[in-house]
Amino acid sequence: MKPKIAIFSLTSCEGCSLAILELEDQLLDLLGAVEIVNFREGMTERAWDIDVGFVDGAVSTPQDDEEVRHFRAHCKTLVAIGSCACLGGINTLKHYQSGGATRDEGAAHAAGGNGRVAEYRRYVYGENAEWFATTPARPISAVVAVDYQLPGCPMVKEEFVELVKCLLIGKPFRLPETAVCVECKRRGSRCLYEMGIICFGPITRAGCNAICPAYGSKCEGCRGLVSPDAIAAAGINLREQYRVDLNEALADLRLYGAYQEALLP
Amino acid sequence: MCGANRGCLEPVADGYPVRRADRTGCGAAMMNVTIDVKHVTRVEGHGNIAVRLRDGKITHLQLAIVESPRFFEAFLRGRHWSEAPHITCRICGICSVGHTTASVKAMEAALGMTVSEQTVMLRKLAFFGEQLQSHVLHLYFLAVPDFLGVGSVIPLAKSHPDVVKRALRMKRLANDVCSVVGGRHIHPIALHVGGCTHVPADEDLIDLKRRLEAARADLNETVSLFSMLSPPELHRDTEYVSLKDAAGEYAFYDGDIVSTKDARPTPVSRYRERVIESVVQHSAAKHCRSPHAPTYAVGALARFNNNHAQLHPAARGAAEVLGLRAPCDNPFHNNTAQLVETVHCVESAIELIDAMLRRGLRAERPVEPTRFGRGAGAAEVPRGVLFHEYEVGRDGKIAGANLIIPTGQNLANIEEDMRAMVPRMIEAGKTREEMTLQLEMLVRAYDPCISCATHFLEVEWQ
Repeated sequence: MKPKIAIFSLTSCEGCSLAILELEDQLLDLLGAVEIVNFREGMTERAWDIDVGFVDGAVSTPQDDEEVRHFRAHCKTLVAIGSCACLGGINTLKHYQSGGATRDEGAAHAAGGNGRVAEYRRYVYGENAEWFATTPARPISAVVAVDYQLPGCPMVKEEFVELVKCLLIGKPFRLPETAVCVECKRRGSRCLYEMGIICFGPITRAGCNAICPAYGSKCEGCRGLVSPDAIAAAGINLREQYRVDLNEALADLRLYGAYQEALLP
Repeated sequence: MCGANRGCLEPVADGYPVRRADRTGCGAAMMNVTIDVKHVTRVEGHGNIAVRLRDGKITHLQLAIVESPRFFEAFLRGRHWSEAPHITCRICGICSVGHTTASVKAMEAALGMTVSEQTVMLRKLAFFGEQLQSHVLHLYFLAVPDFLGVGSVIPLAKSHPDVVKRALRMKRLANDVCSVVGGRHIHPIALHVGGCTHVPADEDLIDLKRRLEAARADLNETVSLFSMLSPPELHRDTEYVSLKDAAGEYAFYDGDIVSTKDARPTPVSRYRERVIESVVQHSAAKHCRSPHAPTYAVGALARFNNNHAQLHPAARGAAEVLGLRAPCDNPFHNNTAQLVETVHCVESAIELIDAMLRRGLRAERPVEPTRFGRGAGAAEVPRGVLFHEYEVGRDGKIAGANLIIPTGQNLANIEEDMRAMVPRMIEAGKTREEMTLQLEMLVRAYDPCISCATHFLEVEWQ
């Protein structure tokens, strides 16, 4: 019997779900090998007997929290797709508003601690801010057990296909444990870091085929840190080579996953 | 065959308490009906429909937007000006080139920058790619299943493999148009404030042109398919708002604000005169009204109504075949207008590639800011006119942001359409299932992008 697949979205742009539809050439092959039983963005039917559930988006409201537990309870295997689901993603930037200088302070503000409605909620919804519930943005692994992670903003389609193949034939799946620079060198792109641009290629997990430097833009670290040690080494290098304050660089690195600060020294 | 009125849709089995109905009495005048659709499917984002009828009268009607609030306007503050397009494109995976385009234009207005002609050409090509991708996705994957009486495109892969293969071929071409310019469709890489960091190779453009020309056959087939479907009839006096580029082309990239009730052009910098926002409790996306009407519509049909004379002749021909004439006030024909625009985008992309090849593309240095201030920008993205506005402080950091999203502008108008539609359906003796399906089809006809719509906001400029 074909494995039953579901695709879910929490707080996100739904770009990673869309990336599955953008497989185009491989989509019909995929539909031949699996049965999609629950995908709100693409179909009316919604079944809950699920072998593999893919989830994009962060947990960022009380509703998200409830839903991701519901997904976990109905999926034998749960996969986080994209930076929001894996790292909290761009949603975590709200933690740094309202004077929240650290992850924990920001999270407290997001939760409206001390009876206060966080300033950023008022900024968007004015005096009616309390109508729209929000919580700190978290990766889904902060709420439920996750079996596999496919980071990236958006996730890398080829990596998704690779994981599906591995699941189908029962082969182990692992993310690359090298930095984006390795793929960038192999691809022969011009080194932006050497040109004085603070590119996060040296500390970011590979697997995207270094697509951003190939199109002339710096790596923004959307796939997360390749290892906790990488950032310490990068900090020394940034200071010595470019006299850049590590804190400034960290502000940039928050873009796709402030949640990783737990990993930082 | 039009399956729209067959009432064949089974209530959906779901872990959620999805659809609930009670119906008592006999005949419209006595009718009590409750319709609850939790999470309308085949739309981008999370929305619920709720309708209560008591004695045949509407006592409650809402399109509730239950998407998570995301706070983009708030968390843009403090980020460097150059990051705005890369942050705001993450509002939506489907419209990420559209957000990027409105964002770079607004930021360039705020920073006093004028980009090169080549940059504008590259942006327009990516923009045509995204219109194509979004319209094809909506027409084939989200709308067509209703007309063929199925719940999704998946069963069509077996019953109508040629249709599905055609849809995938056109979608793939659309994505490749975006990728050749921006590196990828979802969250494009090379489109920045001030210019592009990548220049496509001639051979990539020539290959795209060849495939766009070959796509004309697929377009003809698509027009034939849609000319056989009969969308429901619903007519309601509606104000249609869009950009208009009076001296130039069919407005996608540029133009002033016009409407079917007020054709006088308002420059985008004064958009607040034409778009008035308010917070409503049942929607994390704000509602909008215009100075002329309590609700208004944006999107492909609005553009068609205001700008049809500027369409490519092939697109005007498609409109003729499809029986679409301006002014059209049936919201279900938004799908038809999307298809007409699809033809326009393919032909315009071919002409644009020709112009690029004649001119020759070369690497350019990005334009630098001349000042730090405030500026607005707009673009006609697939679902309608999108506004971005930024204020940048002297430290080069964003101090304030306002984003007005097409779907947010349409929400109040969708509710008004529902109010007009429900009594007519009761009169026609429709069952609860038929009414539910038609209400969902109406929501889908607007092609709402709910993720997009839930981040806009009131702004108090600092």
